[in-house]
Amino acid sequence: MTETHADYRLSQLDQLEAESIHIFREVAAEFEKPVLMFSGGKDSIVMLRLAEKAFYPAKIPFPVLQVDTGLDFPEVLETRDNWVNRLGVRLVVASIDDAIANGVVVDDGKTSRNRMQIGTLLNAIEENGFTAAFGGGRRDEEKARAKERVYSHRDEFGQWDPKNQRPELWSLYNGRLHEGEHMRIFPISNWTELDIWDYIGREGIEIPNIYFSHQRRVFVRDGMLMSETPLNPLRAGEVVEERTVRFRTCGDISLTGCVESTASTIPEIIEEIAVAKLTERGATRGDDRFSEAAMEDRKKEGYF
Amino acid sequence: MADTVQPTNMDLLRFATAGSVDDGKSTLIGRLLLDSKSIFEDQLEAVEATSQSKGYDYTDLALLTDGLRSEREQGITIDVAYRYFATPNRKFIIADTPGHVQYTRNMVTGASTADLGLVLVDARNGLTEQSRRHAVILSLLRVPHMVLAINKMDLVDFSQETYEKIHAEFTQFATKLNIPDLEVIPISALAGDNVVNRSENMSWYSGPTLMHHLEHVHVASDRDLIDARFPVQYVVRPKSDEHHDYRGYGGMVAGGVLKPGDEVVVLPSGMTSKIAGIDLFDREIDEAFPPMSVTVRLEDDVDVSRGDMIARVRNAPTPSQDIDAMVCWMTTTPLKPRQKLAIKHTTRTARALVKDIQYRLDVNTLHRDQETKELGVNEIGRVQLRTTVPLLCDPYSQNRTTGSFILIDEATGVTVGAGMINSGS
Ligand SMILES: Nc1nc2c(ncn2[C@@H]2O[C@H](COP(=O)(O)OP(=O)(O)OP(=O)(O)O)[C@@H](O)[C@H]2O)c(=O)[nH]1
Ligand SMILES: [Mg+2]
Repeated sequence: MTETHADYRLSQLDQLEAESIHIFREVAAEFEKPVLMFSGGKDSIVMLRLAEKAFYPAKIPFPVLQVDTGLDFPEVLETRDNWVNRLGVRLVVASIDDAIANGVVVDDGKTSRNRMQIGTLLNAIEENGFTAAFGGGRRDEEKARAKERVYSHRDEFGQWDPKNQRPELWSLYNGRLHEGEHMRIFPISNWTELDIWDYIGREGIEIPNIYFSHQRRVFVRDGMLMSETPLNPLRAGEVVEERTVRFRTCGDISLTGCVESTASTIPEIIEEIAVAKLTERGATRGDDRFSEAAMEDRKKEGYF
Repeated sequence: MADTVQPTNMDLLRFATAGSVDDGKSTLIGRLLLDSKSIFEDQLEAVEATSQSKGYDYTDLALLTDGLRSEREQGITIDVAYRYFATPNRKFIIADTPGHVQYTRNMVTGASTADLGLVLVDARNGLTEQSRRHAVILSLLRVPHMVLAINKMDLVDFSQETYEKIHAEFTQFATKLNIPDLEVIPISALAGDNVVNRSENMSWYSGPTLMHHLEHVHVASDRDLIDARFPVQYVVRPKSDEHHDYRGYGGMVAGGVLKPGDEVVVLPSGMTSKIAGIDLFDREIDEAFPPMSVTVRLEDDVDVSRGDMIARVRNAPTPSQDIDAMVCWMTTTPLKPRQKLAIKHTTRTARALVKDIQYRLDVNTLHRDQETKELGVNEIGRVQLRTTVPLLCDPYSQNRTTGSFILIDEATGVTVGAGMINSGS
């Protein structure tokens, strides 16, 4: 827990926590209908923890939104339910399958589920009239994210215009919107992967167990270790074998790879990341490997 | 825990780059990250591949921070990139800002939260209008520490004479600015001289490398721990059976140290009370200081809402509707007298009328031009505002939080101005 230092210095982790809490309160005070986008991964769990602290002993004054890709890890959904129940927040699920059934997004057989998340998400935001959506994006994750403001303005089409962002000074956030627009809010912008783990360790909070070392049946695809699952059929030449692995990120099961690891405690994970040679996304996220601007392009369209 | 990293007790230094276009800011940040081993293999490979496909002879380290497609196409920085790295004792948040004059607003964005401004100049060109503008902005923003990095020393044969000349020219200019701490370092961002590793080409230079300086510059004393200021951000009212009567005021401490038992005044109403307790999540704490986010409870049931400020009875800001401030204007339609704008100051939003533009600052000569009664894009001037409700403000020189505001265009919703308060009256 936070130590109060005799010389009135706050550790960097406490400074990050204070900044994030400030952002949560600012949004809750100024926006009519905020929502927290929750994937069940470590970043959104830290977000939820920070929201819990920001309003305690009151409940979190906004619901949680999850885009159900149909390709989520069951362990992640379980953790999500535990969190939602413990905090007593309302969970809104926007399912890609429903979106396809309702003609909100088109499944042409070529578009990945990852991309279909965008239409599903934007539709859910519009249908529910959400004016601000918290996301767990961190600037250290990816070079397009590194450019994004804490308050990231989205037009009526949910698009981000990276060349024309509003200035954002001090901790004075500008939440002005026109009809139909919304704001994406990134309260953990300044946290790094290491900060997230350090915080999870310090707070002792629940995260999906796939982040810790376990035995898993995997196969190699595009240089990544992928989980064997009926959701991700094997292609010719791919061989399944059992390895000792863990996940560095929780994306959809068809695109998210794992890394070989024996790290089964948080200090061991921290030790592992401190010497890792690849970024978490470069190592294990198929969605970011297609082109140099993959993330920027998806973000412009309205991705998280 | 890995013995190389102990984030829990690390302190934090935020710094921002500044200087003209192409002076090497992004290259320097790339070099700093690379030589401090903060670059992952996949990041470096991507940058090497792009450099090769563009036909460059060397790896363009600027590509490590120039993350947008149009930035890579044009070879310039358009918007701030935030990068992070850590050494055993310190975490660094870097804002790599654009040098192009058109994107000054983004430079101001990056610099507003910085503890240290890193101004680059190209050794071949010396100071330019843009390097002066950025130095002026850093000084107005009261970024407490500044480094002048004289870059591209490899292109001037690592000449001591060139270094001395630019050093002297800048020191001369800086006498008219407010720069409490300045360090001047000759470097080559491209080759790495004096960035992380000491240069073998400049034996005449005995000062610190850039990295050494960043690791050791003393930032803890830059905060105001005397004047207690607590802008109320959010009223916490659980309305649950368990916490039936709980009423707390959530906010971030902007100045001073708050303790239970302190006699306080709530502004603008002027009602007084005592601090009953300070909560940080589920714990009561003994004291709160900047920049902690806490929840303050008062002994009396006084009327307190968002936008109010809690301060000490004998040390409180004066509520004021007449604001005198330096304004940095950030949009193409000029700021003119009689204009109406929205103003956001701490947690309080109001409307403001421009009463007068007293002068415009010439960033080259620091001359005060009193003839031009407007501020164009990227210009800085002294402005008088009248606000619809009183603001609870301090001079910016005393407190960067209670002394700053933003101006918002009410039609477009865009942030168009940044203000630093001289005084309220
Ligand atoms: N020879 C030499 N070239 C350098 C050095 N530092 C930067 N450059 C080159 O100068 C050019 C501009 O560098 P950038 O790092 O993109 O400049 P910048 O200051 O970030 O520019 P903006 O962000 O657009 O304002 C690139 O071609 C760099 O390779 C140096 O120390 N020596
Ligand atoms: Mg640059």
